[in-house]
Amino acid sequence: MADDAKPRVKVPKSAAAGEIVTIKALISHKMESGQRKDAEGKLIPRSIINRFTCDLNGANVIDIAIDPAVSTNPYFEFDALVDAAGEFKFTWYDDDGSVYEDAKTIEVA
Amino acid sequence: MHRTVTTLVAQALVGAAFGLALSGAAIADPVDDKLIIETDAGTVELVTSAPAPEHLKGVMDTIYSGWLYREDETRDMQRDDFDNLAMVFVDRGMDSWNAAQGKNGESCAGCHQGPETMAGLRAVTPRVDEKSGKLMTVENYVQSCVTERMGLEEWKWTGDKMKDMLSLISMQSRGMPVNVAIDGAAAPFWEKGKEMYYTPTGALEMSCANCHEEHSGMYIRSDHMSQGQINGFPTYRLKDAGMLSAQQRFVGCVRDTRAVTYKPNSDEFKALELYVASRGNGLSVEGVSMRH
Repeated sequence: MADDAKPRVKVPKSAAAGEIVTIKALISHKMESGQRKDAEGKLIPRSIINRFTCDLNGANVIDIAIDPAVSTNPYFEFDALVDAAGEFKFTWYDDDGSVYEDAKTIEVA
Repeated sequence: MHRTVTTLVAQALVGAAFGLALSGAAIADPVDDKLIIETDAGTVELVTSAPAPEHLKGVMDTIYSGWLYREDETRDMQRDDFDNLAMVFVDRGMDSWNAAQGKNGESCAGCHQGPETMAGLRAVTPRVDEKSGKLMTVENYVQSCVTERMGLEEWKWTGDKMKDMLSLISMQSRGMPVNVAIDGAAAPFWEKGKEMYYTPTGALEMSCANCHEEHSGMYIRSDHMSQGQINGFPTYRLKDAGMLSAQQRFVGCVRDTRAVTYKPNSDEFKALELYVASRGNGLSVEGVSMRH
């Protein structure tokens, strides 16, 4: 699965100190629920991303537990309060143990 | 109690208004809107309606991109390169472009440099290859590199690898007008595609033209019937949560007429892709679009 997962995040390049910014995070992933059957009637094993986190300079912004009902290519949009310049770190945790990461820096003007 | 009554009255009024709207003739006409896309490198405006090409004179006056037939929310997604979910597949195509995946470590970038060298290709394909005389789609060009130059097994015509690459290559032509040749060497293919477009097919005996020419702008199958333009393909289809090539969309259409469909990359669908593309000559290539 690790081949197909491609993260994509959008963070403003800069913000005022104390500003609340909108962050968007998308990852391509089939999110197989574990409920479906293949052509032979056998259950297709569950394979999803089960957790997504975002941190700013080590402080957690959001930590999401993801369940099988979440659709293919999960997309999250959320707000974060930026008090200092630094780096947003994004992490996706796959059922198969893979971890996908991305990071974006933000300046405080 | 009083509140319940008020709500009921309100609902009745809404219902009446909706009923009136339904009785209007042109309820699913293309909307009047402009497609201006926020990209990393500023804004890009795309042509979503244009005068019909010469060969459609007498049939229709104006051609419209399928984008104009979609709901507000879907249209908005294409206005921003981040909200456009197809972009993640363009990114994947970029990884594939640079990957040394050939038998002897060849990559696309090794021969072609950056993907921007592919600019313009999507706008003029399908086109006839001068040397071989064959009709070539973008997929055909990719496949010939994959099998002949890179020494790999064929990529599936509608598989992820192919569609990632198709997305990347198509994006390089975003904003360029569709301009496929229909004369000269392309003429026999175009004629064949045209015949297919107007020939009833399947148990329902429906042709492409029955829906997309005679009834575009109407509300059919709980949907807005577009002109069936393919300038926006490949597209991210919300229903499928993934990328869809034009010929994959043809499979869906033909199946809906209850016919056994042709296969993607069959001579039939390639000819049809040329003809349908030619009906959109003048609209912008949308690179990768959002549809539902």
